[in-house]
Amino acid sequence: MPSLKDLKNRIASVKSTQKITAAMKMVAASKLRRAQEQAEATRPYAERISHMLETVAPYYYDVDTGPRLVIGTGSDAVQLLIVITSDRGLCGGFNSSIVRESRRRIQQLQADGKTVKLICVGRKGRDQLKRDYGKLIVHSYEDLGKPRLSFADAETITERVLAMYEGGEYDVCSVVYNRFKSVISQIVTIQQLVPVPAPPPKASLENPDEGPTYEFEPDEETLLTKLVPRNLSFQIYRALLESAASEQGARMSAMDNATRNASDMINKLTLNYNRTRQAVITKELIEIISGAEAL
Amino acid sequence: MRQGIMSNKVEFELVSPERLLVSQPVDMVVVPGTEGYFGVLYDHIPVMATLRSGVIDIYEGNRVADRIFIDGGFCEVSHTTCTVLVETAIKLVDIDPAKAQQEYENLKEDLEDAKTEIERTAIGERLEIARTKVESVTGQPVKL
Repeated sequence: MPSLKDLKNRIASVKSTQKITAAMKMVAASKLRRAQEQAEATRPYAERISHMLETVAPYYYDVDTGPRLVIGTGSDAVQLLIVITSDRGLCGGFNSSIVRESRRRIQQLQADGKTVKLICVGRKGRDQLKRDYGKLIVHSYEDLGKPRLSFADAETITERVLAMYEGGEYDVCSVVYNRFKSVISQIVTIQQLVPVPAPPPKASLENPDEGPTYEFEPDEETLLTKLVPRNLSFQIYRALLESAASEQGARMSAMDNATRNASDMINKLTLNYNRTRQAVITKELIEIISGAEAL
Repeated sequence: MRQGIMSNKVEFELVSPERLLVSQPVDMVVVPGTEGYFGVLYDHIPVMATLRSGVIDIYEGNRVADRIFIDGGFCEVSHTTCTVLVETAIKLVDIDPAKAQQEYENLKEDLEDAKTEIERTAIGERLEIARTKVESVTGQPVKL
């Protein structure tokens, strides 16, 4: 049985751990709010750029004139996966669920005879994938978006992704990230980026009376070739933001759990401590009484 | 007129991926199209255009109310709205001419040091933006 002093020490140490986890929860909560606001602020741009894309959408299907980013390379032999995780741990299953899904995907693709390449965003994902798939990692990013995620961070990734595409290093590119649903639930999402999936055909194309007919300047093709890469950066930017919000959400609930576990533990230990204390007192009394009787 | 004489203003919006920068009714807005500056008044024909780097002029009446430097982007004009999508935008009065000049000089050096063709094109694009920035802020053409 642990001595009274041991129990006291343990209670003290659990208490200080609890203070840390509670503080981390508060920090995550405030970071989460900021991340959510940032994600919300992208909405106006998202609406407008997808509207523009839908308007020029008919040119998506034109195999001869469409940009390569849209029509693809005509093959899907080499697959590039962008895996978005966090740089820091202590956020529950956030990183492991991404890594698990990525592994599953990699195995599935390899079973189909495809070549897989990886770009890792975030230290945790890279560390976990390095052991089995170290040779597949073509590039990794760390400490991206510190102190604040900006569009330029997404641009650096896009530049590389586009350069690799121009260099013919892959055929299909997808991104794996956690989509933020709520504080307690983040959904692992795989989204294809290249070739750009076709948007749903716009209703006004069928009814030309609805909505204005646009003139294009300089022309549809130039517009499309410029819009598509910009939209790609934007999709990556959104994925990064979603992932950042999810990370904080996951950390918040993980730390909330940890704090609650700590208080359960403290209760148990305190009970144990009190019992032991009483046992010691009883023992001492028995000793005194039996000592007195012996006289 | 769609909405009558009283409301012949254009709803001007300037949006970056990070946030909605400007959203206000204006009398006229002049944007730097790839094929030249064009002004947008109320009831303009619907246009989608690419923009190069340059200055957006916002007019209240006949007066320029605001001048904003952008690094290129897209513009969508409908009868009553003008939406500009950009990556970065900065008010002309907030640009430090000395810094803009310095940025331009630095990029010029970078271009000379660039080795691959891809690097050269990437820096060339940024140099062009820096050049228009200097021109916009000083109002003087920059010699190449």
